[in-house]
Amino acid sequence: MDRILLKNVDVPNIHDIDVYMAHGGYISLDKAFAMDPKDVLEEVKRSGLRGRGGAWFPAGMKWQFCVEVPKFPKYLIANADEGEPGTFKDRPFLETDPHQLIEGMIVSAYAIGASGGYIYLRGEYPDGYRTLNTAIKQAYDRNLLGKNIKGTDFSFDLTVHRGAGAYICGEASALIESLEGKRGQFRVRPPYMATHGAFAMPTVVNNVETLVNVSHIINHGADWWGSIGTKESPGPKVFGISGHLNRPGLYEEAMGVTLRELIYERGGGIRGGKKLKGVIPGGVSTSMLTPDFLDMKMDVKSLQDAGSAIGSGALMVMDEDTCIVHIVWRAMAFFQHESCGRCTPCREGTDWMLQILARMENGGGRMEDLDILADVCHTIHHNCFCPLGEGAVMPVLSSLKYFRHEYEEHIKAGKCPKGLRARVRH
Amino acid sequence: MIKLSDKTIAAIEENATRYPDRNSVLMFGLWKAQEELGHLSPEAIEAVAEAVRVPRAKAQGVATYHSLYWKKPVGENVIMLCTNVACTLMGAETILEHIENRLGIKEGHTTPDGKFTLQEVECIGSCGYGPAMVINETFYFDLTINKIDDILAKL
Repeated sequence: MDRILLKNVDVPNIHDIDVYMAHGGYISLDKAFAMDPKDVLEEVKRSGLRGRGGAWFPAGMKWQFCVEVPKFPKYLIANADEGEPGTFKDRPFLETDPHQLIEGMIVSAYAIGASGGYIYLRGEYPDGYRTLNTAIKQAYDRNLLGKNIKGTDFSFDLTVHRGAGAYICGEASALIESLEGKRGQFRVRPPYMATHGAFAMPTVVNNVETLVNVSHIINHGADWWGSIGTKESPGPKVFGISGHLNRPGLYEEAMGVTLRELIYERGGGIRGGKKLKGVIPGGVSTSMLTPDFLDMKMDVKSLQDAGSAIGSGALMVMDEDTCIVHIVWRAMAFFQHESCGRCTPCREGTDWMLQILARMENGGGRMEDLDILADVCHTIHHNCFCPLGEGAVMPVLSSLKYFRHEYEEHIKAGKCPKGLRARVRH
Repeated sequence: MIKLSDKTIAAIEENATRYPDRNSVLMFGLWKAQEELGHLSPEAIEAVAEAVRVPRAKAQGVATYHSLYWKKPVGENVIMLCTNVACTLMGAETILEHIENRLGIKEGHTTPDGKFTLQEVECIGSCGYGPAMVINETFYFDLTINKIDDILAKL
């Protein structure tokens, strides 16, 4: 597939507005402004665009809910808090080709009727903060942002809001709390973002990559865009592949590329000619899968059918020498650290599981621990308000399903067979 | 009592024009104070609360919620090493041990001469290029023990 989203990432100085415009940048604004906002929304709906942050909710439907609320001002927020471990797909649009995001946001805001915009950027991307701020200033100077954009009645302001290191702020309602100057803890819905989002006004929060796609849909039409990928999850997608590969990195593919193609063609196969043990297909919060799934298509439904999720398209590959218990312990250390502490099952459950997994990795595992782990998972599952707790459950349950023997080997041997240890944090 | 510089106060005021509600400036204010003062002591947080005009408890709450706001003094160079799953798969733990041995400190601590702070961090979005770390806003990828020695020797 020819690159669409990453087409210009290798163009020198594409972060500069003149270079961006020389490469066809901001053309979608003219197309969109010649249309009624309703028709722009219809076009996006017709394309079948689904949110690329991990939930895959139909973007047009999310917009429609917001449009239908007769309250102003409305807000559009780009979720640039990509923190799902394994995910690094949005960096090109934040650090290298920022105008593509800004353009997508302007068109989207026009369709939604939003006059205020924020890019909630994770604190770990200082280059992105500088690059986006410069790009936004350039866009203001060209009257592509601000009042009466390009002489139309449409006005849109855009500001970068810099996060400071909290995974949970990537969840839409926690993000909005954080944007409002509070601790970023989720909000219980209803009310929904579409009626009471940022500053209690109708708000759309979209992932960066979702917004980037919008200008391409408007430029080339929903039919063209929707013809890429699979019918139920169309379009191009940036996959971030990492782990034991010869060529890890970012690859833009049509949705529906197979796991095998990603690992053995794009990724160049497993390092050192080793065998594949398993994959984490969509970020740490998604269920592990085995090599039996190599011919599975990477799309929303196929992953669901496999009992996992495509998540953000962050594929982590583990070779035959990987200790699964060690990886699950490390994943749990992450969830325990990032749990906001509000829901008891998540706060206590992640900590409890972390202690069990560390003990097992360090030689003190007991057979009944396996039942306890499963039991804690079932207590967390469906008993927490936000997806963090749900995510923490996935690596544990899936590894118990596919790699139970590795846990048993740890327990029987009274040590990690690979000689690894779980560190205690200071 | 700490007083923030006029420049920081001016930046906070400018940032306040971008939100319908002044409370939103709190995170920006904490970042600016950290840039100016190196870390966010309780007094620094109080100064930010005053500048943003929010209760001190609220500022303290937000400052302690986030891992990139330093609540304790940090060294001249803050090494943020990712040991999350993708980086661990690529050997981040060996790198961590090597830095600990080289600097003679455990993760989470600062060298006695104040030159280095070593901090283990959660995913820094460099999963395809791990093990990865950030030192003073510069990213380093595909780390090896030799690379670490070169990088640290130059700081």
